[in-house]
Amino acid sequence: MWGDWYQLWEIVSAPDNVPIVALLFLVPFYTWYAFRQAFETDRLIEQLEKDPQLAKTHHRKVHPWQPGWPREVHTWPYLMRVEFLAAIIVTVILTVWSITLNAPLEEPANPNLTMNPAKAPWYFLGLQEMLVYFDPWIAGVVMPTLIIIGLMVIPYIDENPLGNGYYTYKQRRFAIWTFLVGFIGLWVIMIVIGTFIRGPGWMWFWPTQTWDHNRLVFEVNRNLHEWWIFKYIVPQNIWAWTVFGAIVVGLYFAGAAYLIHRICMATEFSRKIYRRMSLLQIVTMQILLILMLALPIKMLLRLVFRIKYVWVTPWFNV
Amino acid sequence: MAEENGRKEGQSAGVGLLESVREKTKQATQTILEKAKEDLQTLKEPEKTQLWRSIFRVKHDDTPRNRALSVLTNVFFHLHPAKVNRDAVRYSFTWGMGGITFYLFIVLTFTGILLMFYYHPTKVQAFRDILYLEHDVPFGKLLRNMHRWAAHLMIIAVWLHMFRVFMTGSYKRPREFNWCVGVVLMVLTMLLSFTGYLLPDDQLGFWAVTVGTNMARATPLLGHEGPFGPQLGMTPYNDVRFALLGGSIVDANALLRAYIWHCIAIPVLAAIFMGVHFWRVRKDGGISGPAPVMLESEIKEEKGPRPVIMRPAGTKEWEKTK
Repeated sequence: MWGDWYQLWEIVSAPDNVPIVALLFLVPFYTWYAFRQAFETDRLIEQLEKDPQLAKTHHRKVHPWQPGWPREVHTWPYLMRVEFLAAIIVTVILTVWSITLNAPLEEPANPNLTMNPAKAPWYFLGLQEMLVYFDPWIAGVVMPTLIIIGLMVIPYIDENPLGNGYYTYKQRRFAIWTFLVGFIGLWVIMIVIGTFIRGPGWMWFWPTQTWDHNRLVFEVNRNLHEWWIFKYIVPQNIWAWTVFGAIVVGLYFAGAAYLIHRICMATEFSRKIYRRMSLLQIVTMQILLILMLALPIKMLLRLVFRIKYVWVTPWFNV
Repeated sequence: MAEENGRKEGQSAGVGLLESVREKTKQATQTILEKAKEDLQTLKEPEKTQLWRSIFRVKHDDTPRNRALSVLTNVFFHLHPAKVNRDAVRYSFTWGMGGITFYLFIVLTFTGILLMFYYHPTKVQAFRDILYLEHDVPFGKLLRNMHRWAAHLMIIAVWLHMFRVFMTGSYKRPREFNWCVGVVLMVLTMLLSFTGYLLPDDQLGFWAVTVGTNMARATPLLGHEGPFGPQLGMTPYNDVRFALLGGSIVDANALLRAYIWHCIAIPVLAAIFMGVHFWRVRKDGGISGPAPVMLESEIKEEKGPRPVIMRPAGTKEWEKTK
């Protein structure tokens, strides 16, 4: 049933979903806030690049500064008062929130009564949503590990010396796009899907669509070797599937690597940065980006073409 | 005085005793009053008292020296430098998210300790303790609400802090390592929240933790449903999930383990990493900006081969080797 606004209200107003509703506003706001300052700096950079004389005399920050003004201010009181104010505001928000909204408490734990849908805490819903597209060993173990490792190696593979300590878009296009795709596209949006879209049986319910616990979906998921012309080409035995899957995954790695390479070579500036990178840095970046890109591609395969596994082997499936 | 005393001594004992007591009382009262007056005088200027000076070692006059000293001589404030970049105190640069995260950690520690007074991590008591907190403990409901919402807020604040640090490029040299410490802290924050989820021992926590820990079954090599797990002898009774739960299902042992991770182990780890994080912020040159912009034309061209990653840390040392 469509137009079920009560259903939507029930999801939105669930106390534990309030942080996600807040996230829906906070993430776009701070993205805008960061970009506004980034573009401001970019205009200054453009100005300084055009006028080398100005570059020698300007103090090189967006915020105006006059000769004679101090470059630094005392922590007491100029920083302490900001921190004090922030603490008060957070305390007020937290107190009002705690008075008006109660923390959820369901029935006592009962292993014999399964919750449907049984959802992880909201900040892990991205991982739970990933379970639709990958087996648990990838979605629950490999991907989180890769996210942590991937975040940690960022400073060691980003060879771009520009944009250190100020907002800029122009000088760091590739880094910023990569991070936005990862953080907003593959983390925040996945959480939003997990919260607002997924209903009983982890089925896809559009907003305002009633959560029907008896809904059945007659979708047959196929593996890639059973789909389209592949089912005529690939012999129907497990070893053939293993080889076929390995070839497909190998082709994906090669194709994605080529694509990423082309993006890195797109502009004069990015070529310059790319040349600065060592082989180890390039390989690390390539592997991480290829694996990151695998998620949206697998989502597309699953949601649009109803393909379950790309690579079937006797030991694991991808 | 001597004459007076002589007169007193010369008089008969009966009248003299009363007289001398009255006299001495009068004198004593006067002395006490004078002393009290002296003490009251110091109340007008409390900063001159010994008590005050033993606590606050410096004067709080509005001089640059004392402004610096008031930060440097205070154990809580000395995390800060005496002076900061004048643009860095603007909200627009930092969004205050790192500080808010730390403040929320303090709020959570405070409310968490209070909650611990009312909570037993056992299957029989846990859920009842929550009911007791909600219905009988004065402000118990508010306490629990604050703990939960502060936890959610802290996760959002951590993410936004990371987002800001990325957008300002603050992870770049020389702050690479501190970014890694920050990633560890973010993971610890989420684990703190996750371990706390089970503690009310209700359906919500139980199934969330069941879903979460079921993924551990599928750990490659170490889970009994993961790739190559069974081949290595993994069963539901000896794999990594068993280690997390202290059993093959989410039950009493899992509750106790979650409690200890939540209240002791992870907070201690997080506190250690936080100490390193804050220390490194200072040692890596303070807050990253807003820094003067660098232009593309100013990038130094690299010549010849150079050591991978393990190159000298400071730009200057590296330039010497060129």
